[in-house]
Amino acid sequence: MAMQTALVNGRFMGDPSHEYEHTELQKVNEGEKVFDEEVVVQIKEETRLVSIVDQIDKAVAIIPRGALFKTPFGATQVNRTFEGLHLSEIRKLSSYFHFREAIDLKNKTLLEKADLDPSLDFMDSLEYDIPKGSWSIQMERGNSLVVLRSLLWPGLTFYHTPRTKNYGYIYVGTGEKNMDLPFML
Amino acid sequence: MENSTPLNQEKETQEPKEAEELWEGAAAASPQDPGFLAPECLEEEPRSDTEPHRRMSPSWGRQSRASLSLEDLTGPLVSSSPPLLPSVFPSTPPLIASLQDRVASSPAERVPGGISDSATPHSDAWDSASAARQITSHYMSQSEESAFPQSQPLQFDLRGPGDASPDKPKVKGLRFDLLQEEDSNSNCDPDQPEFGANEAAPSMLEVAIQNAKAYLLSTSSQSGLNLYDHLSNVLTKILDERPADAVDIIENISKDVKMANFNKKLDTLHNENEMLPAYEIAEKQKALFLQGQVEATDPELEEEIAESSLPNVMESAYYFEQAGVGLGTDETYRVFLALKQLTDTHPIQRCRFWGKILGLEMNYIVAEVEFRAGEDEEEVEEEGVAEERDAGESEAGEGEEDELPKSEYKAPQAIPKEENRTGTNKYVYFVCNEPGRPWMKLPSVTPAQIVTARKIKKFFTGRLDAAIISYPPFPGNESNYLRAQIARISAGTHVSPLGFYQFGEEEGEEEEMEGGRDSYEENPDFEGIQVTDLVESLSNWVHHVQYILPQGRCTWFNPIQKNEEEEEEEDEDKEEKGEEPDYIEQEVGPPLLTPISEDLDIQNIPSWTTRLSSNLIPQYAIAVLRSNLWPGAYAISNGKKFENFYIGWGHKYSVENYTPPGLPPVYQEYPSGPEITEMDDPSVDEEQAFRTAQEASVLSADENEETEDEEEDDDD
Repeated sequence: MAMQTALVNGRFMGDPSHEYEHTELQKVNEGEKVFDEEVVVQIKEETRLVSIVDQIDKAVAIIPRGALFKTPFGATQVNRTFEGLHLSEIRKLSSYFHFREAIDLKNKTLLEKADLDPSLDFMDSLEYDIPKGSWSIQMERGNSLVVLRSLLWPGLTFYHTPRTKNYGYIYVGTGEKNMDLPFML
Repeated sequence: MENSTPLNQEKETQEPKEAEELWEGAAAASPQDPGFLAPECLEEEPRSDTEPHRRMSPSWGRQSRASLSLEDLTGPLVSSSPPLLPSVFPSTPPLIASLQDRVASSPAERVPGGISDSATPHSDAWDSASAARQITSHYMSQSEESAFPQSQPLQFDLRGPGDASPDKPKVKGLRFDLLQEEDSNSNCDPDQPEFGANEAAPSMLEVAIQNAKAYLLSTSSQSGLNLYDHLSNVLTKILDERPADAVDIIENISKDVKMANFNKKLDTLHNENEMLPAYEIAEKQKALFLQGQVEATDPELEEEIAESSLPNVMESAYYFEQAGVGLGTDETYRVFLALKQLTDTHPIQRCRFWGKILGLEMNYIVAEVEFRAGEDEEEVEEEGVAEERDAGESEAGEGEEDELPKSEYKAPQAIPKEENRTGTNKYVYFVCNEPGRPWMKLPSVTPAQIVTARKIKKFFTGRLDAAIISYPPFPGNESNYLRAQIARISAGTHVSPLGFYQFGEEEGEEEEMEGGRDSYEENPDFEGIQVTDLVESLSNWVHHVQYILPQGRCTWFNPIQKNEEEEEEEDEDKEEKGEEPDYIEQEVGPPLLTPISEDLDIQNIPSWTTRLSSNLIPQYAIAVLRSNLWPGAYAISNGKKFENFYIGWGHKYSVENYTPPGLPPVYQEYPSGPEITEMDDPSVDEEQAFRTAQEASVLSADENEETEDEEEDDDD
């Protein structure tokens, strides 16, 4: 599904049943001849919507470190004693994790893994995101609210009140990835 | 008296004074002879009859009681009350027996006062009582009931008859009841003879329990805590808070309890001068809330109100909120106050909250400002970098020696920026990072900056002096880039309902190279347009900011004219003139007040999206216009009033990805003509032909040998 939706560019129409048309050349064998034929692929907007939502979630959904923990049995649980991030940690990207299965964790060197706590650090942190600098961290009202904005998917905003259990993220935007990010940093 | 020693328990007590009195009586009675004691005890009884719960009140030290009792308490005191005791405390005897048994069988370590076990039964009774007291004082949960099976029923019985003022139904209360009960029981112990008989029976279990408790009470050498206290604290916390699935988080709770110990003590290293960033910004913003002049008398105030250039930001914010756009009431109000500060400190004719541009480290709050006529601030000297380059290169060309070829490159004429109050520089923009921070004036924008800004796409960092590293190199730093983007956004997205603005009547028809009219004024006869009309058709909205030509200006500037003027100053331009086009086509753009329906579509979507703020209540709905070309630009109108706003990252939308422009071709430094062009070496055939031709000429000049030789030499 992701491959299909990658063919579609531009804004969403607002109508889930809208069909995008994408023409591509395909080699078609007819008998002895091989020639290119234009094939029109139709992709529905609702497919695209589902795929985009999934991509955004997988790419930039984040939670603070310590909000979830892993039990020895493998189950991940909400940490009920999560008291929020400390003031010294909120400006660091390493205090936030991607809210998805860890992709990069196994590739870490042993030295890096030695400092990790296996019950808390079982997800990818934002520190190693490529390109570097694709997150903007800002504080509101002095230190009372930290806001992270993704530059890869502009519109994704994550907030957290330090030393409390409040955190969350929301996406408000056009649903398009910012492929120009490396030029813009 | 010893019993007034304030070994207070942390728990609540009932009428401690009265209990003290009671004990005083008992203590006073103790050293005296039994005869005296009896009436004392008897006196006590009526009191105890009426208010038996007094005996349950704690309040003084067990130790003190124990100490005073040991030597002083005599048998008669105890024996005097037995006849009365059963009436009030029918189940006391079993308790006493059990207590005494325990005491007799196992010496409690914590029994104070150095009581010897071989003391009299009374002492034992006291021992047991105090020991029991000691032990139960540490028990805070009902789970310890097993240690005192008889005490439980005793407690409830005791409370039953004499419960004039009900105790709080806490374990601790009950515990103290138990304590008091034991005290009183031991005070009036009737079962002297029975005591000795039950001593040896439950010894093993009791010993084990006492040992276990003693171990739990042992103090840690590192932290000064003991496990007993800690466990009781943890269990108390759990029972108070009753979290679900406590077993899963028990370790964390234990850790929290230990941490709480540290917070109780006063931190001697308290940092009193620590300024949290939250306080810092609050201090800055507090200044906003203070009124500037205190001596505002009535006429001044009216004057101020009449001339105020401050926009009603809150009203606009209200309309934008219906459209789902805005910063939130808190921040908007602070921006409002910051704008007030701006208008108070600068001579401003008109001011508008333009919007907010997000940045990587900090954001920008932008205010669009028009200074009062004649009070324009002096321009900051900002030489265009292109101009400098141009001057520098021509100077370098002139200063070189004759040997080196002079560079005949002439940089393209720098297009001068527009005057203030015209075109792109019509308004002056102030920015600040946060309301409360000082406002910074952005410099005027030059056409070169706009042209370059169109070619690059960079995020703003939030610092005005940050360098913009890009290709093509941007002539300026972030403040210039910001200003250029603001100019582009204003030109592209500032729209108003048709008819709101009109061209001035006095202005003559201008069909010159200047392009369309560049000024407008408010239409006093504007009657408003129906909101539904505004939404349905885009032709009801017009741009009221001039279009920026590809040149980077709003009014066309012909660089050739300037060139001819400068020709007299520079000498080497004669050759160059031939290469430059003699005529540059004038750039035109849509005139002012063009309806936005003329805006080009982006691929297949219109460049504006309209909607009503509410479909359910159309009579109070407002029309919302959202730009698709500049995501984040909004325009709203309720028919009569309109407002523009921008909140976003400050970039244009494009479907294709950004591609940096390619490098320019290598400059042709000299014209390539036949005299410079290197000739190809002749091929063999050509050489042969040449030779034969030569020999033919040699033969023809055979007579003259000298010339032949010379020619041959020359021909080589």
